[in-house]
Amino acid sequence: MSVDGKFGDYGGQYVPEALMPAIEELNDAYERYVLNNEDGFMDDFRARLRDFGGRPTPLQRAGRLSKRYGREVYLKREDLVHGGAHKLNNALGQVLLAKYMGKERIIAETGAGQHGTATAMACAHLDIPCEIYMGKRDINRQRPNVFRMKLNGSEVNPVTVGRGTLKEAISETMRDWATNVEDTHYVIGSVVGPHPFPSMVRDFQAVISEEARTQAHEQMGRLPDAVIACAGGGSNTMGAFAEFVEDDETSLYAVEAGGSTLEVDEEAGVAPNSASLTTGSEGILHGARTLLLQDRDGQIMESHSVSSGLDYAGVGPELAHLVDTGRVTAVNVDDDEALTAFHRLSQLEGIIPALETAHAFGYLEQVAGPDAPADSDEEADDLGEFVVVNVSGRGDKDLESAIEETYERDIDIAPNMDEFTGGL
Amino acid sequence: MSLEDAFADGPAFIPYLAAGDPDYESSLEYVEALERGGADIIELGLPFSEPVAEGPTIQNAVVRSLESGMTPTRFFEFVEDLDVSVPLVCMTYYNLIYRYGDNSGPRPFVEKAADVGIEGFVVPDLPAEESDPLREACDEFGLDLVFIVAPTTRGERLERIMQQVSGYVYVQARLGTTGAQTSVSDQTDSSLARLSEYDVPKAVGFGISSGDHAERIVRSGADGIIVGSALVDIVAAGHEDGDDPGTVADRLETLARELKEGALSGASQRPPHSERT
Repeated sequence: MSVDGKFGDYGGQYVPEALMPAIEELNDAYERYVLNNEDGFMDDFRARLRDFGGRPTPLQRAGRLSKRYGREVYLKREDLVHGGAHKLNNALGQVLLAKYMGKERIIAETGAGQHGTATAMACAHLDIPCEIYMGKRDINRQRPNVFRMKLNGSEVNPVTVGRGTLKEAISETMRDWATNVEDTHYVIGSVVGPHPFPSMVRDFQAVISEEARTQAHEQMGRLPDAVIACAGGGSNTMGAFAEFVEDDETSLYAVEAGGSTLEVDEEAGVAPNSASLTTGSEGILHGARTLLLQDRDGQIMESHSVSSGLDYAGVGPELAHLVDTGRVTAVNVDDDEALTAFHRLSQLEGIIPALETAHAFGYLEQVAGPDAPADSDEEADDLGEFVVVNVSGRGDKDLESAIEETYERDIDIAPNMDEFTGGL
Repeated sequence: MSLEDAFADGPAFIPYLAAGDPDYESSLEYVEALERGGADIIELGLPFSEPVAEGPTIQNAVVRSLESGMTPTRFFEFVEDLDVSVPLVCMTYYNLIYRYGDNSGPRPFVEKAADVGIEGFVVPDLPAEESDPLREACDEFGLDLVFIVAPTTRGERLERIMQQVSGYVYVQARLGTTGAQTSVSDQTDSSLARLSEYDVPKAVGFGISSGDHAERIVRSGADGIIVGSALVDIVAAGHEDGDDPGTVADRLETLARELKEGALSGASQRPPHSERT
């Protein structure tokens, strides 16, 4: 794994000069505390993940899914981490690191609000002030998480430029950082941004695959044949994959948001999906060279997903590299398939997943479900007998938008609420 | 005329406007007004959709320009259509440079820029560590690569940047993003002091909005001043109020003249020992 910030041609440090000294300082802290456990940082982090975060999370065999898909399906239950998503692993790591570095203020951006929530919780836990930037559109889509951030004592700053989603929130947080760089740490929410963020966030999230690997040996007596995780920026993906990358017998599937279509409207600068691994091209955004949704001139396109947590025009540089080299297979699931999977997992396993997570289950249905097209047999076979799906987060935060989207799309397996609500 | 030559006869006034803001034709008129007002070099913004180093004023200019149809191809046409004789510097983000042409790096963009008469580049999201490919292309076509030095830039980083810079060094007056300010930051003086030993023109930008600011900064030892947001504010206000482009151009020329005169006044008050040799 890279520690120099380059993953093939991807990665690097493309940021305004004012930020470069802070990036250098962070890189130094990353190497000392995270990689070399100076002052027992990693021991402190692990202890807090256990006691505050509720780790390890279970690797649960899903009986009804196993039956439906004709193979052993196991769920890595990151939805059971404190706060309801894998995001806490990274947020806690970075906020703790900022404390070790002597920083006095935390800023973060958030899309679905899950990273903002996790950062707000970590900041309350570690007693450090926090401001979170969130697109206006996402604030409207994710009110419960906005309330949770404020409950934990964080400020939430609405971002109104552009379309008001994650891309704009990241740019706005970078602006704050450039202004207050001397006492402030920017807790980036995924394996994106300038080095060392992609490596550091991966290392904080790698606890997912580290546990899953051990649990697989204990419970299956072997490694899984496949690991499936949804991919927006790619933090739960890299966390779920990191410790399996060297295990050639385990296939790795990154499931992107196919949105409403993979076609792009270049004239309007809009990609109605967030599938940068599948359809993106190489470019430079938010500090790194990676795969991006962009037009032929290099202007970044507006992305789309029913899940605001996946709604980002880029992807982590390491994940882009792993897809390029063939180690990770990038696939995609559209909005309707994801919503249907959201309902199915809720009904079959009693787990209401985040809409992000539902994409991962949508892929399982797409290739191995009872209605899967005949030509998907080969893909289903490739998944093998033992499959781990990373349940990146729970869906409580998505209920409002899930209700709205469900009825707009007429998802046939959705519950009928008419008798209680008189329709929606 | 090369960029460095523009500093030969006293302090250089370097205004910035986003090309195509708010529309192609008006913008041509606005940029030409800057030369009439005394510009020695003009920084011409090629808008990028994610301008992370810019404050609200220039962000909004970028949006107006993109909405009016500005693209890299149109930008080069714009430069060809401009009737100005002072050197032009293209200010943009690296992705647009990197993606132009055959998508194999910065060379096609630099070649085209040289072809239309651009003299150099300022690329706010390209630090010295990542700039080798662009530097090589600039060397090949004889263009300058201007680097920004921030108040936080010190030690080895400063050395690395100063080895790579050509034309002039862009001294960022304060931390943060671009935007007009009502006073001049004290960070400017310490930044200029750190750079005094380097023999390359030092132009100060970020927050300068009046002749008084210009005077004060040049008196402190700057070889030039860079002004963006205060000029873009005039374009924005004219656009919002529906003013005639000729009137807006006159306002730009007036402020440009005030800034240039402020810079000249500052130079005349400068103690002899701080003048560039």
